[in-house]
Amino acid sequence: MIRTDDDNRPVPEALLKRVEAEEEKGKGKLKIFLGYAAGVGKTYAMLEAARQRLSEGRDVLAAYVESHGRSETDALMAGLPGIPPLYLKYQGMVLTEPDLDGVLERRPQIALVDELAHTNAPGCRHDKRWKDVEELLTAGIDVYTTVNVQHFESLNDVVAQITGVEVQETIPDALLDQAAEIRLVDITPDELLQRLREGKVYIPEQAARAMETFFRPGNLIALRELSLRRTASRVDTQMRAYMETRSIPGPWPAAERLLVCVSGSPFSEKLIRATRRLADELKAPWYTIYIETPSSSKHSRQNRRRVWRDMRLAESLGAHVATVTATSVPEAAVDYALRHNVTKIVVGKPTKPRWRELLSPPVVDRVIRLSGPMDVCVVSFDSPEGPSQTAVSPAPPFQPSGYAGSIALIGLASILCQLVRPYISPTNMVMVYLLAVVLAAIRLGLRPAILTAFLGMLAFDFFFVPPRFTFAVADTEYLITFTALFTVGVVISSLVSKARERAEAVRTREVQTASLYYLSRDLAAAADIGAILDAVVRNLGESLRARVALFLPEGERLEISASSSGLILDMNERTVADWSYRNRQPAGRGTGTLISADLLYLPLQSATSVLGVMGIDLEDHDDYTVQETRRLLDAFATQIAMALERVQLAHQAEQAQLLQARENLERALLNSISHDLRTPLVTITGVLSSVLEEGDHLSGQARRELLESAREESGRLNRFVGNLLDMTRLEAGAMTVKREPSDVQDLIGCALAAVEQRLGPRSVAVNLAPDLPLVPLDMVLMTQVLVNLLDNALKYSHRDSAIEIDAARDGDRLRLSVADRGPGIPEADLERVFDKFYRVPVPEGAGGTGLGLSICRGIVEAHGGTVSAVNRSGGGLRVTVRLPLEMFGKEENNAYGI
Amino acid sequence: MASDKTKGNLPHILVVDDEAAIQRFLRTVLDAEEFTVHQAETGHAALAAAAVIKPDVILLDLGLPDLDGVEVIRRIREWSPVPIIVLSVREREDEKVQALDAGADDYLTKPFGIAELLARIRASLRRTLQQVPEPVFTLGGLVVDLPRRLVSVDGAEVQLTPTEYDLLRLLVTHAGKVLTHGQILRQLWGNAYLEQPHVLRVNISNLRRKIEADPSRPRFIITEPGVGYRLQTPR
Repeated sequence: MIRTDDDNRPVPEALLKRVEAEEEKGKGKLKIFLGYAAGVGKTYAMLEAARQRLSEGRDVLAAYVESHGRSETDALMAGLPGIPPLYLKYQGMVLTEPDLDGVLERRPQIALVDELAHTNAPGCRHDKRWKDVEELLTAGIDVYTTVNVQHFESLNDVVAQITGVEVQETIPDALLDQAAEIRLVDITPDELLQRLREGKVYIPEQAARAMETFFRPGNLIALRELSLRRTASRVDTQMRAYMETRSIPGPWPAAERLLVCVSGSPFSEKLIRATRRLADELKAPWYTIYIETPSSSKHSRQNRRRVWRDMRLAESLGAHVATVTATSVPEAAVDYALRHNVTKIVVGKPTKPRWRELLSPPVVDRVIRLSGPMDVCVVSFDSPEGPSQTAVSPAPPFQPSGYAGSIALIGLASILCQLVRPYISPTNMVMVYLLAVVLAAIRLGLRPAILTAFLGMLAFDFFFVPPRFTFAVADTEYLITFTALFTVGVVISSLVSKARERAEAVRTREVQTASLYYLSRDLAAAADIGAILDAVVRNLGESLRARVALFLPEGERLEISASSSGLILDMNERTVADWSYRNRQPAGRGTGTLISADLLYLPLQSATSVLGVMGIDLEDHDDYTVQETRRLLDAFATQIAMALERVQLAHQAEQAQLLQARENLERALLNSISHDLRTPLVTITGVLSSVLEEGDHLSGQARRELLESAREESGRLNRFVGNLLDMTRLEAGAMTVKREPSDVQDLIGCALAAVEQRLGPRSVAVNLAPDLPLVPLDMVLMTQVLVNLLDNALKYSHRDSAIEIDAARDGDRLRLSVADRGPGIPEADLERVFDKFYRVPVPEGAGGTGLGLSICRGIVEAHGGTVSAVNRSGGGLRVTVRLPLEMFGKEENNAYGI
Repeated sequence: MASDKTKGNLPHILVVDDEAAIQRFLRTVLDAEEFTVHQAETGHAALAAAAVIKPDVILLDLGLPDLDGVEVIRRIREWSPVPIIVLSVREREDEKVQALDAGADDYLTKPFGIAELLARIRASLRRTLQQVPEPVFTLGGLVVDLPRRLVSVDGAEVQLTPTEYDLLRLLVTHAGKVLTHGQILRQLWGNAYLEQPHVLRVNISNLRRKIEADPSRPRFIITEPGVGYRLQTPR
């Protein structure tokens, strides 16, 4: 942390950290009882602490405690609530493991889990017990656990150096960093040895063996120091954090950042651990990168697996990991370092023999030369096994066909030379052999090409250099030709083969990029979840030849939403997918969790949520741990998650829009109701009260006019209520259409009769085609439609203008239209007039409800018909209703002729 | 039997409605029009009142709190041919048809004008008084001479098919009363044709073309949408 001045506010990063820590509150707290060897009393201390908590009223559960037959421990165990362990049979032995699901179900406040570094028996959900603990923590359960210092990943090799014992069971250092509390359980080595001798740690014969190998005083002292230091460094970190968040100024070290590159070499692991230790000491963040070069593709599977493992190791040690593609390792490393403000690059001491450096300068040298302002730390490896395990794969297996091919090529070249011998000089025949070498390099690979060069040289010597048919050479000048032939052949071979490798690497990349591209293209085009699922299954099938199953949450459960054909998943697989979903972690094959699964399960995560899980079944089982495949799969998973999220967001936006539209409509409805219900009531109330109170003073004429207007208004009110009811019924789907063959003329008559009063002296021209059949319609509802149309026509056109009603047959439809000579409707609004509460702005105060036409549309559509409006030439509006003449789905002949 | 009660007396009207406001309005109006008004608010009260008072006309609201209005009509029809006018709202066409089929004489759609109500009441009373229909029915320019089976419009004789004539005669003998599609079909064609309403539509259409001046705005044969037909009564 760099502090700028005497400003006493905490720096933002520090605050952010504190916020992160607070966010973690939902998680359980981890308390680690750290010791330096078996028998220091970790379990004892843990149990004591647990009893203390129990007496304080906390809900403590001994999820798993190993007493190792120690009586003191057993005594403490008594009275602590426990849970029976799982008994697992493995190779004839019965192993006990904590019952993780049992504990999760029981949900204690504090769970005791002994032996954090333990490796679980096959068949458990996780391969390591610390993963069990993590799951408990995620579930919000506090965990007390014990561990010895030598199990920490970063100290692993140091411990091996000190004790000569390679510790197999390691746990990531991140756990120690995560722990809310670390309790160092410490006794002096003498005391420990005393306890050992007394048989308090192991049973006597075991104890004797242990004392000879591991429990030597020197070892114990060193381990004790390690544990004290580790704890001290953690206390130091806490102190710093405290100072940062409370703005206590202190001696802040310059911000260091470390970078280490892994290559898949056996030394990478040491390099990573060394970097972690260095980073710890410097309190610096550190990066681990793998640089993929064109030649990486020829690395062996083993090598690639090692890269994968190293990257995971680095991750577990707390590094930021990344994979970079470049042509040159040193340049890429330095470039990455510069971009990430790295201050120190950690490299290993070269292990190649000196002479090889002449051919290619060691990476270290080149890094040092390029590193500019950065420090370069060179770490040594004292491993006895030297460069025999090279990073590059061993020679490809012997391929007889390649070598046979090179022999054949030389044979052909020799025959060709023999044929042209009379015409060209022997020196030019060299060209023919070189041609053979080039062909071999292109077709057969590096080694057959070199063989071809060698054989070519021999054949040339034997067949064509005088004296012919012997290997003897008369003219020593030919020695130069031979050397040149061989050298040029070898150079060509290696160049061509390098070019081939590069092309191969580019091709692989290309394929990967293309597959990602195709997927993202298909995903971008996918408009709904179904299309996304299809695209995923198809693309992964094509690009990786993998079978895929996609799980999406449905309510509380995770369901298979799509899967490749032929992929059948049992309950077990679903459970793994479910675990992956809930814990937001990859699980299944190729991971450390639930490895018995057949498929690899990757959570589909966006920045904010998990949207589902993708299960992948790869054709080649080795691919599960190959860096490139996993990276590609991760990229796929991210793409899919993004696409899913996009669709979900779009859906939500749509919903919001619908909601908005509904709100608008409701508002319009309220406005309409309050306006259209009240307006007539104003008149009616006014008239009635004036007649009641002032009736005696009013002339008969005035009274009559008043009452007339009240009656008109009440009629209007009645129509409005009717419209509202119709609308409600249409909306609720409660309008039943009773279609019976009806006479159109009768329909028009009914509608005209209904508007008779409002019609007054206005002329209505009814133009009825003579050949109209009976039309299946609901007389009552269609009368309403026609009444509404006539109402509108009356309202919006001049008193003297005529209204026209036309009815004619139009193919298999009845065309019924009502036309007026009013102002018409702006072209843009012609569609909208059928929307609810749309009102044409007219000045005359022709108060419509805005419901009439939308009711018309509702009724007509319920008849299977359509309604549309057009402006007439010469002014006015024509609304046309089209109704089917056939009763759809009913009897065959229902268009009754008249 | 209703006829002898009316002699020298005002006709008795039983108003059956559970809405106090409507009761009050009808009582005021009908009292002024020289009817004797009786009121009932439930179906059972209506049945009791009908038996005791023996009204000349019943105005019956179909939405009663205790009994279905149609059920009230059925029970009254078991023993009395008293004219029943049903009051109902526009949307309940089915209910109207049921009521008419159950024996109601007429219906009025709420809200209604008082002129229309009085016209319906008078038409019903008239039908009750006049046991045998007039042999010659006259309405506007339409003359139907029942004994001679002659129909003329504005003095010009109209040729009708036998079915058209039967249809017109049926309407004439029930002039002013709504006949449901079912009632007409049953009378003219028999039960087998109940599901063939288009036969009726076609004949009505043809009949109108022959007797109406403008079949699009009929003056004689009025369609009651969703219910049936009514022949206008002379005013």
